[in-house]
Amino acid sequence: MSNRIDAYAGALADIAEAEGVIAVVDRELHAAASAFESNEQLRSALTDQGIPADRRQAILEKLLGNRFHPLTAQLIGMVVGAGRGRDLPEIAAKFGQRTASSQGHNVAEVRSAVALTEDQQNRLADALAKKTGAPVNLRVVVDPKVVGGLVATVGDIVIDGSIRTNLDQLKSRLS
Amino acid sequence: MSFSLLAAETLYQTHSWFLPENAEIIYGGISSVLVFSALGKFALPLAKKSLNARSERIQAEIDSSRSAFSNAEDEARKIRTALGDIQGERARLVAEADAQAAALLAEGRTRIQAEAADLEAKAEADLANAAGRVQAELRGEIIRLSSIVVDEVVKTSVNASAQQDLIEQFISNVGAAR
Repeated sequence: MSNRIDAYAGALADIAEAEGVIAVVDRELHAAASAFESNEQLRSALTDQGIPADRRQAILEKLLGNRFHPLTAQLIGMVVGAGRGRDLPEIAAKFGQRTASSQGHNVAEVRSAVALTEDQQNRLADALAKKTGAPVNLRVVVDPKVVGGLVATVGDIVIDGSIRTNLDQLKSRLS
Repeated sequence: MSFSLLAAETLYQTHSWFLPENAEIIYGGISSVLVFSALGKFALPLAKKSLNARSERIQAEIDSSRSAFSNAEDEARKIRTALGDIQGERARLVAEADAQAAALLAEGRTRIQAEAADLEAKAEADLANAAGRVQAELRGEIIRLSSIVVDEVVKTSVNASAQQDLIEQFISNVGAAR
């Protein structure tokens, strides 16, 4: 399983790198994976083996259309067409790690209840780079379960400033 | 026999109508002596022997009766002793039965008291457990409801402005800490 994901991530990274758009693909692949994770309907449509592969790819083209780089759309279409749509988030994560690693960066996954502005992402990336001692490639996941605040994970480091965690700690103290 | 012989041969006239003749007296006396001597020699020992035998037999019967009487007395004494023993045994059995009944009663009372104490302790423990369980359930329910309320209150109170404040605060804290 892990080998297959590594293989897919490596293949996508090689193609994106060859085309010189690895940063764009990395960002868009992560955005697509986030949408895939948070949208149950989309996940069902892209992983349902009862729907023919060409139909699933058509759905993807319609969704991604003009918003994503054509190569990103094609690569995601290839993954979904191969019946690996369910593995897309992990492939995207592995892709991000490979990309960051090749750049000498860390990958920072940030979960937030609301989307972050470009400015906030840049400042947060700088702050995390300062804290970890290496530049970071930020991956923002919009997760309503966080309620408020942010949870940042860089490698083994977890910085939790979420309301969700505070609420859980409060519940734990009460019980 | 001598008279009949005399009558058959000749009729003689004696000298006295009362007293016999001298010869008769002599012969009669000798005969009597002989007869009595024979009797004393032969019949008397037999009679003595017979009397002695009879006496012995009677003595034996007396002894036998005495022995039977003694045996009867012994038997009577044994019976009386046995009767006494039976009464003693009866008294002993009654006393033993009374003692056993008293012991059983005491044991039963002790057991019942112990069982009652156990039941009481168990009931108290059950009661305490039930109370603890109810308290725990109540506490859990309060926590659950409080959590729901807190969640809802927090979710509704965290508006867009508060979200941005939290994000900015997070970025500042991460940037400030090394």
